[in-house]
Amino acid sequence: MEASFYHAKTRYPGIFGWIFTTDHKRVGLLYLFSSLSFFAVGVSLGLTMRLELIRSGMHFYSAQTYNAIFTLHGVIMIFLFIIPGIPSSLGNFIMPLQIGARDVAFPKINILSWWLFIMGGAIAVTSLFTGGGPPDTGWTFYVPYSIRTGTNISLAVFGVFLIGLSSTLTGMNFLTTIHRLRAPGMTWKRMTLFTWSIYATSWIQLLATPVLAITLLLLIIERNFGVGFFDPAKGGDPILFEHMFWIYSHPAVYIMILPAMGTVTDIIPVFTRRNIFGYSFIAASSLAIAFVGYLVWGHHMFTSGMSDTARIIFSLLTFIVAVPSGVKVFNWIASLYKGSIRMNAPLLYTLAFIFLFSIGGLTGLVQGALATAVHVHGTYFVVGHFHYVMFGGAGFGFFAGLHYWFPKITGKLYEEHLAKLACFFLFIGFNMLYFSMFVLGWEGMPRRYYDYLPKFNGPNLVATIGSWILAMGLIIMFYNLVHSLFAGNEAGDNPWEAASLEWQTTSPPPVENFAVQPVVTKGPYEFR
Amino acid sequence: MNETAHIEHRDYATAKLGMWLFLFTEILLFGGMFLVYAEYRQLNTADFHEAGREMNVFLGAANTVILLTSSLTMALAISAIKKGMKIRSLLFQAATVLLGLGFLVNKYFEWSDHIRKGLYPDSPVLLAMSHGKILFFGLYYVMTGIHALHVIIGLSVIVFMFALTLRGNISDTDYVKLENTGLFWHIVDIIWIYLFPLFYLIL
Repeated sequence: MEASFYHAKTRYPGIFGWIFTTDHKRVGLLYLFSSLSFFAVGVSLGLTMRLELIRSGMHFYSAQTYNAIFTLHGVIMIFLFIIPGIPSSLGNFIMPLQIGARDVAFPKINILSWWLFIMGGAIAVTSLFTGGGPPDTGWTFYVPYSIRTGTNISLAVFGVFLIGLSSTLTGMNFLTTIHRLRAPGMTWKRMTLFTWSIYATSWIQLLATPVLAITLLLLIIERNFGVGFFDPAKGGDPILFEHMFWIYSHPAVYIMILPAMGTVTDIIPVFTRRNIFGYSFIAASSLAIAFVGYLVWGHHMFTSGMSDTARIIFSLLTFIVAVPSGVKVFNWIASLYKGSIRMNAPLLYTLAFIFLFSIGGLTGLVQGALATAVHVHGTYFVVGHFHYVMFGGAGFGFFAGLHYWFPKITGKLYEEHLAKLACFFLFIGFNMLYFSMFVLGWEGMPRRYYDYLPKFNGPNLVATIGSWILAMGLIIMFYNLVHSLFAGNEAGDNPWEAASLEWQTTSPPPVENFAVQPVVTKGPYEFR
Repeated sequence: MNETAHIEHRDYATAKLGMWLFLFTEILLFGGMFLVYAEYRQLNTADFHEAGREMNVFLGAANTVILLTSSLTMALAISAIKKGMKIRSLLFQAATVLLGLGFLVNKYFEWSDHIRKGLYPDSPVLLAMSHGKILFFGLYYVMTGIHALHVIIGLSVIVFMFALTLRGNISDTDYVKLENTGLFWHIVDIIWIYLFPLFYLIL
């Protein structure tokens, strides 16, 4: 038996063996470690925001600081945590194993992606302490304010530009890998649905991110040279910026959620001991989401100024994109039916994911319908919705995957009771925190304000207390994972008795993944 | 087993597929700018028409010829290396670089001529003009500027390929790097083929 990739001799010693690695598993772990570090920063910022909002009239910091903090919270969570969260970390580690490849198609571009990512992150963080102060525009960088504000927008935007480049290269790399490097016998219909979701995600990364790149580049040029594209005083059109921004940023939410959907789809069969229900439909729905997801960006702009025709079409398309998500949810439920369920932590997180994502998805329809969208637009309802989808969906899916693949990555078992306890805290805290936001939004509390009327006191207090419970859950979860990394029981190669290919090699895998070239003869969820 | 002993994972088709996917992203990158152009042209047709008269069609046409010829020499460099004619391939690569430099020199004279007339973003002369003209010149500088940046990147890569060919790393058995460089060079060319009429001709 070969030694695991942790013990393999690297070209450079020590930490350079990681920074200059080309092993997809090491790159995946670099991403995992860096994006979780950014996540910790993002969570801390979120907690201080909730503290600031604990009741009306209470101020821990100034309004300007609040603006900077919610901007930073958004930029970090979206560009530095959720977007690279699953595809670049777990995707990098697991996907090549699942298709029986020795590495990704372009290992050097893979590590280049991480360098760009970490450089972009560093530049975005540097923008806080240099120039005219931390950006205060919100993560959307809407013009004309982002052109006029004296804060350090150009540098922050350049950081995001580099992160976008990194994301594009990862997409290109994964697409090529999945097309070209599948093991003998690994037909498209024998791929795991996680790999299918990574495939769909990669297309979005490849085809949507360049639009963001050019939009941000134009914003930088606008700020530094005053060409006037987005400045009404020179004939420019700020709405055009919103269009270009959302042409990327709506598909981007599917970059965030699709891999999480793929993760839970892989988990369900393993813990119910039966084949997934509706394999082809789940695979096709990933592609359908990727495709239709391009055509719905206008629903972010229902109150920005568009013709009624455009608004009605965008609204209709928004309802259509909900269909494949519904297909997935029904297939997950059907896969649980009559299974012999083992309620381990990955499945528990998965069930939490399904519940929270369903709420997030259904409240999305409230905003997809024109009449109600106008009512809730720009309120905490929107904040509640996207936290249910992004954190309840992508976040919980990520946690589920983290527990499921923890033995694969580390060779150790996490502590089951602690993991369940953490999930319980997370679930309770999450719902207290974000469901309150639906109530607040419905009653008309606007988002992004640093103070509010006293009538909103009640739900805000509940939300802030919820944020502490949520934080406690996170602390327990990460304590458990880190502690188990050093003191956990040996997991063996395949503790879940999973059938997919990544579990058929040693845990953790050797440098080139499989001691012998695997030949695939059956589907990923056939246990017998 | 150590990392230096990595088995080469790549093959010809994989490298080509990766490059084509990358080219999609280039098209989308410029697609964003073409979108901006389309909207502002639609809103300011008359202004765009007038501003277009400031353009030097002769220089633009010359640059089109130069760039198209450079695409030809690039293609010839690739077919030469496929046949194992190293010297000929090197000569054609050098010709491509020279033509690309010629394009940039031309561009320099064109831009500096406009700048001398005070036609540059945020200039007092330009700000006194109508909105459509401000946008036209904004688009002109940004789109041809980012295109020129691609020309510079392309030229650097070709110089690098020249060195690889010289050292024998690119040969009649392994020429995919040069082919991919050619693909990049052609996309730079194709984008110019759209930029040229949009700024110089259809006005």
